[in-house]
Parts: sequence; structure tokens; C-alpha cells
Amino acid sequence: MTSSGDDRAIRTNGLTRTFGAFTAVDHITFDVKPGEVFGFLGANGAGKTTAIRMLTGLLTPSSGEAWVAGHDVYRESELIKRDIGYMSQRFSLYDDLTVRENIRLYGGIYDLTRDQIRDRTERILSRLGLSDTAHDAVGALPLGWKQKLALSVALLHEPRIVFLDEPTSGVDPITRRQFWELIYEAAHAGTTVLVTTHYMDEAEYCDRISIMVAGRIAALGSPAELKRDAGASSIDEVFVRLVRPELAGGGGPAQ
Amino acid sequence: MSALFGLLRKEAYHILRDRRTLAVLIFMPVVQVMLFGFSIRTDVRDVRLVIVDPTPDATTLEIRNRFAAGGVFRIVGVSRTEEPLEPLFRTDSAQVGLVFEAGFGRHLAAGDPAQLLVITDATEPNTGTSRQFYVSAVIQQYESDLALRSGAVRITPQVRSRFNPTRESTNLFVPGLMAMVLTIIAALMTALSLTREKETGTMEALLVSPLRPWQIIVGKVAPYLAIGFLATLAVLLVARVVFRVPMEGSLVLLLGEGTLFILVALSLGILVSARTSSQRVAMLAAMMGTMLPTQMLSGFIFPLESMPRPLQWISIIVPARWFVFIARGIMLKGVGLAYLWRETLVLAAMTLVLLVASVRSFRVRLQ
Amino acid sequence: MSEAPVVVDDVVKRYGEVAAVDHVTAEVRHGELFGFIGPDGAGKTTLFRILTTLLLPDSGSARVLGRDVVTDLWALRREIGYMPGRFSLYPDLSVRENLDFFASVFGTTVAREYEHIAPIYSQLEEFNDRRAAALSGGMKQKLALCCALVHRPNILFLDEPTTGVDAVSRREFWELLARMRTSGLTIVVSTPYMDEANRCDRVALMQNGRILATDAPAAVAASFERTLLAVRSPDRYRVLLALRDYPHTQRVYPFGESLHLADDRAGIDAARASSEATAFLHDKGFTDARVEPTPPTIEDVFISRMSAVNAPVAAA
Repeated sequence: MTSSGDDRAIRTNGLTRTFGAFTAVDHITFDVKPGEVFGFLGANGAGKTTAIRMLTGLLTPSSGEAWVAGHDVYRESELIKRDIGYMSQRFSLYDDLTVRENIRLYGGIYDLTRDQIRDRTERILSRLGLSDTAHDAVGALPLGWKQKLALSVALLHEPRIVFLDEPTSGVDPITRRQFWELIYEAAHAGTTVLVTTHYMDEAEYCDRISIMVAGRIAALGSPAELKRDAGASSIDEVFVRLVRPELAGGGGPAQ
Repeated sequence: MSALFGLLRKEAYHILRDRRTLAVLIFMPVVQVMLFGFSIRTDVRDVRLVIVDPTPDATTLEIRNRFAAGGVFRIVGVSRTEEPLEPLFRTDSAQVGLVFEAGFGRHLAAGDPAQLLVITDATEPNTGTSRQFYVSAVIQQYESDLALRSGAVRITPQVRSRFNPTRESTNLFVPGLMAMVLTIIAALMTALSLTREKETGTMEALLVSPLRPWQIIVGKVAPYLAIGFLATLAVLLVARVVFRVPMEGSLVLLLGEGTLFILVALSLGILVSARTSSQRVAMLAAMMGTMLPTQMLSGFIFPLESMPRPLQWISIIVPARWFVFIARGIMLKGVGLAYLWRETLVLAAMTLVLLVASVRSFRVRLQ
Repeated sequence: MSEAPVVVDDVVKRYGEVAAVDHVTAEVRHGELFGFIGPDGAGKTTLFRILTTLLLPDSGSARVLGRDVVTDLWALRREIGYMPGRFSLYPDLSVRENLDFFASVFGTTVAREYEHIAPIYSQLEEFNDRRAAALSGGMKQKLALCCALVHRPNILFLDEPTTGVDAVSRREFWELLARMRTSGLTIVVSTPYMDEANRCDRVALMQNGRILATDAPAAVAASFERTLLAVRSPDRYRVLLALRDYPHTQRVYPFGESLHLADDRAGIDAARASSEATAFLHDKGFTDARVEPTPPTIEDVFISRMSAVNAPVAAA
């Protein structure tokens, strides 16, 4: 089943996708290790979304290779879908279902047994301190709780890789910390976490990040490395220098 | 440049650029006219009957009594001559005329064919047919009772339609259809267009500007008034060209009354949008609140007189009921304001009340 | 000098049980770039809507440009520029048509206001005929700003102008605001991003409808009352758990690449706090952990104030 022949969570080689004459993703090559928190950054329209769609089996690449959780993105997209979890800020949970119903729904979608669903529901509820609100509609929960619950639900079927789309934008600083602790906990337990975002401060929490510019990966490394290489004080600064050098001006040297 | 002009131009862009909706608005009236080329059978009660009996005798009196007793007919007048028939029909006081020939009882007693003329107001062909059926049933019953006694049946009921001699259902449906189309365009589209601004957040930008509610409303309403007017013309044109629906009365009067009705519907649309904040809810509310009553309680499809009393009362507040009555009067009977001033007044009053209510219900702030 | 351009006095706005704005008192000074900083649901949008005459406060009063926001709404609406949080332009109209429309609403024309909006409009002009729906996030924000400025407002309210916009566009946008500020225009802006606080002259930190602190960003950051340490380790999750048991931990939480540890001993020397924490981690076997003092940021202050108001940082 594992055609990539190694245990890397994600491996791509020259992955490309064109739409007509437009090349949305242009020969990207990168690896993500198991248990790594990998930040996938880029401006709007840099090709992030297209790349993620290919990696989650929703879009067939035009050329190049990619394996996700050991599965080939061309031929095994159904297997990929079983082995990944997905959480986006825009859509994840049904607001009109209760906390419990949402968990049960996703448990059912991923073919968990009744016992598994029951055990994991209890685990999530006690871990998040939601036991008292388990029968409340999710729509009534504060945003931060919703986000934490959404992440837990994305991890419900114990996927090998979880994709998080701008997971903490707009939440308060304390909830944000709690959220990142959940991410670290999952990563510590061996789950690979891929965070896509265009908020650079979110990127600083990742082990490694890649920054996409115009369909290509313009920088790849740990936040500290990237900042050191660019002589910048923040990833935001690194990003602006990559994308719009003339804007960076002001403070740092432009090379 | 004036704010109102800016609003109107902006609205025109919206309408012209939403090609799909625009196509629906243009083709819907035409398609509707085509679709409603069939009739729906209906039940009849409380038919207003006028009797012309030149030579009353025992035979005609018995037949008249049978009509009076059956529960279907209500005798609104008895005359010796045919003269009163015409005005009674024109003012809608009579729906069926029963004309005995002179010497009806004598002919029957002599064993000769006795002529009985049944005149139906076939402005509403479905009900017209049903009424003829009931008239025939009463006569046949009388005949068979007579046959038991004497064994001779000589009654030949003749049926003649008035106003709508060809009895095309389209003739009847066109006024109702105009009401439908105008309700959809005016009420539904206005409600949707206003709630869309709430949904997308642009209403916030409009509200924070110095625009007054009346400006926003007029800016919204005027383009749909124009489209509604065009749709009215389209319906009339198709009805005339394809189905040869008559236009007995004044076209100008009809268009004027149509404009009045569009204003009512527009005000309803604004009212709906004032109470809703999503297009989905507005759509449902407009359907339930305006389109459904227009379809069901205007006499468009189901004759009002055969409805239960409570529904008849409710129909009084349905603007389409008045418009359908007016439009039928003008198109099929050729009557003018002299006969329709009461209904026109009702519509005008409704317009005024609803317009004031809709301007008042328009919030100058967010909720 | 006349009254401050924004004076908020004990304003309360409730939605059912929830107080979206809970006894807020604030003042924005002339020509200031003032930021309301807080997460989603902090009450920023509700407050902005009250200040822009779109909502009525339940109690308290607010004056903008010396006018009462409740009684003087028609005069105020001519004078304020407001960019709502949600994209508030017509997606089916082009850039120019949107701008023309908002100019007409105020009885003016783009041509007449050209000089005034040129600094921003010049960046959009080449896309004049493009539908607003087809613009990038950053361009949309610039167009919305242009539309809010086209009637030469005397004060500008921008509700989360940089939400959903990429890092480059965000920076461009803030630089636009900084340039506009030099013309003396008072600008009130809200944002959920703590790192944007430093772009403002003064900020108010908001949470659950209340203001936690109001001051210049540097002063807010300096108001952090504990010694703050940054802890770096390749195994930050286990280090984080270990530090929860450190006896002097007031709070410890992930902060970007590192962990931030607030020492619970008031006034302790930073070097001593660092070496003690380092020693503790070494004892626990984290020999590669590095601990050093770090200057507190607005976000650290926010966390500290939030915890004081609400429950302590949950053990998550």
C-alpha cells in the first residue's frame, strides 16, 4: 500500500497544477515528517489552496508526484481521505447540532464503532471541559470553544495528518494558547499537523514553515532559520521581503 | 449628482447584470400565460339568478320555486322583459339569466316544445360551465318529475354565454395572471433585493450615509415599478396576440390600475424586507404573504363565491382580489371607472396605508 | 481646543443576556490613530456601530465630533466615514461604479474629490472596470477605504479593515493609514491582531465588552507587572507541561516559537528568575532548554489582564 517507500507524512516532488494557461502551483517539492507542525503560508492567490486541494485528494495534479500518508495522490485519493482530518474556520461543525451530535456525526462519517464514538466523545468532553454543555447547540458556544471542539472532531478518527485552515484567526489570546497546546499535544502523539494560514504570527508556532509566492515555494525552514537568513525580526517581515521587497524598506537592509 | 439618481443607476446595474434573474422576469409572464391555457373545474354556490318570465303561470312558478329551493341559486330579480338583464350582468349583480318564452306553460301543457333560454355570464368560463350544469340539472329533475306524471318531456334549454362568447379560459386567467406576475416582480424582487443588501452588508454602508429612508425605498422601488409595467404590457401583448383575449375597456385605465397594484405589491415587499434579514426568509415570507394569497384568494383560480365564508372575508384584504375584479371588468366587460371606483378606491387606500407603513417600518439603524 | 472627537461615556449595549458592550468609557483625541484591539466577540463591532449611529446604546452616552450619536444622527452621518467589518461594496459593480455610487450618495462626484482620494485611488485606477467581486482581498479593502473617504469625512471608523487580508496587503493598508494620519484626520480602527497595536498612537484592549487597558502601545506593554521569560526548547510541549509544575510559575503559555513564563514573584531580578527556571528544567532532564528574559508584548499584557478579569489560564 505504501508506494512512497518511507514513513514521511507528506512528500511532494515537482507537484504542479495548471488551470488553462495559468500555473497555480509550480513544481513544489517538500517533505513533512510525522509529528511535525508544518506551516503552509502564502498570500491570497499564491497557490496555497490549490496545493492543499491536491494533497487532500480533491484535485488531480497536472504533473509531479505526491504521497500523503503513504498514498499516491493520483490513484489513492479515497485512502488519503480516510487518513487525514480537516478543520477550517469557515466550516467544520454544524451550528444547529449539539456538541454530542456533531461528534457522533463525524464518528459515523469515518466509520467508527459505537464504542469508539462513545469513548472518544467522553474523552473530548472531559479534555475540553465541555461535559456540562454537551447537549447545547454548537452555535451557542463561544468562538474559542467551537474552534477547540472543531480541532478535536478533526482528530476524532485519529488521522495521520490533520489539515488546519487559519485555525486561530480572531480568537482571544488565551484560547489561542489553549488551541496551540492541543495542536502540540496531537503532534506529540504522532499526528502530523499542516497549518495553512496567511497570518504570519500563527506561523511562528510551527516547527517548520514554507512560504509560497506565485505558485512556488520561496522559503522553507524553521521560523528561526528563516528570520536569521533574512535578518528579520518576525515572519511577517520575512514574508513581506519575499513578496514585496520594496515595501519592506524602512527598517532592515533590503539585501 | 443627486443621491437618488445614483441609487437608481446602481439598482439598474444590479438588475441588468443579474442576467439569469432578468431573463426569468422577462420570460416568466410569457410562459405563465401559455401555461394557464387550461381550466380548472370548480364548485358553485349562491349563484345570482335573474328570471325573465313574460307569462307567469303555475308551470313557470313551479320551476322558479325549484331554483329558489335548491340552495345553489339565489334569485336576485324577476322581470317580465329582457331589458333589465344587460345592466344586471354588467354590474355583476346577476350571473345566470333564465328566460322563459312567452306562453311557456301553455306550450308545455299543449305538448309543444317549450323554450327555456339559459344565459350564463361566462366571464369566468369554469364557473360558467358549472352553473349551466346546475341549471340543466334542475330542469332535468323537473322534466323527469313531469315525465312521471304525464310522460311528455318537451323542455329545450338553450345556453348562451355573454361577454366571453368563445369561453376561452385564458380570458379569465389573464387578469389573475397579471396580478401574479406583478406580485412576483414587485413584492418578491423588492424584498429579495433589500434583504440581499442586508445579507451582504451593503445596507450598513447605506444606513451610515445621509440617505433618508424614502430615498433608499424609492431607489429600490422605481426600477421594479418600471419592470412591472413592462411585464404588464408583455402579458397583455401575448394574451392579445396568441390567445386573442379581448380588451373591451380602456387600456389606459387598465395600465393605471396596474400601476396602482404594483405600488401595493412593492410596499408589501418593503414590509417583508423590513422584518427579515436573510433572502431565504424573505423569499418564504413573500411567497406565503403575497404570492399564495394572490394565487388562492383573488378569484384567480378558485371562484371566491364557492369558498367558505372565513376565506371570503380574508380575501377582502388581499389586494389581488380587487385588482383581478377590476382587470376583468375592464378587459372582458368593458366597464369603466364609473363601475370600478369603489374597488379602485380600496386599492388606492391599500397603497397609501402600505406605503406609509413600509416607510415607517424601514429602520434607520441596525437592529 | 474643542471637545475630543470621540467621547464614550459608560456605554452599555446588551443582546439578551449578553452585554456586548459593558460600561465602556473611552476618549479618542484629535488627529490620533486609535486602535480598539480585541478578539472576535470582544464588542468592537457593536461599539463601532454605536459610534457610527447604526445602533442605539442601552445606556450611557457617546459623542462623535461633538454631536450626540443618538439625537444628532443625520448631521453625523454627513461627517463620518465608516468602513464596516464585512465587505460592504457591491460585488456586481465595477471599482469605478462603486466609487461613483458612494460619491453620489453624498451629493458629490469622484471628479470633484479626486485630489482628496488620489493617494489610494491611484492604486486602484487601473482596475476601474473590474467588478469588485474579482478584486483581491487587499484591493477590496482599499476600494472600501476609498468609498469611505470620498465625501471627505472629518473622522474615519474602520472596523477590522485587515481581517482576511494577507500580510503584504495588511502592511500596505497600515502604511496608508499612517500617511492619512499625517493630514490630521482622526482615525479609529479595530483589529483582532495584537501585533497591529504597535501601529496605533494609542490603543484600548477590549475583551467581553470591557476595556482592559487604554494607553500608548509601548506603555501598555510596559505595564506588564511580572518578570517575563522566554523558554526555547526543541521539545516545547513537554517543557510546557514541566513548567506547569515549576513552583514560581504564575502563567506559562506557547508564544510563537518559544514559551512565555511569567514568574509569580513580584519584582524579582530577571537574571535570577532565568537561572532558577533553567536549573529547574535541567533537573527535569531538559538540558537543551534555554531561558532568557524577554520584553513583554501587548499580547502578554492582554493575557495577563484577561486572566485577572476571568478565570486563570485554564490548564487546557
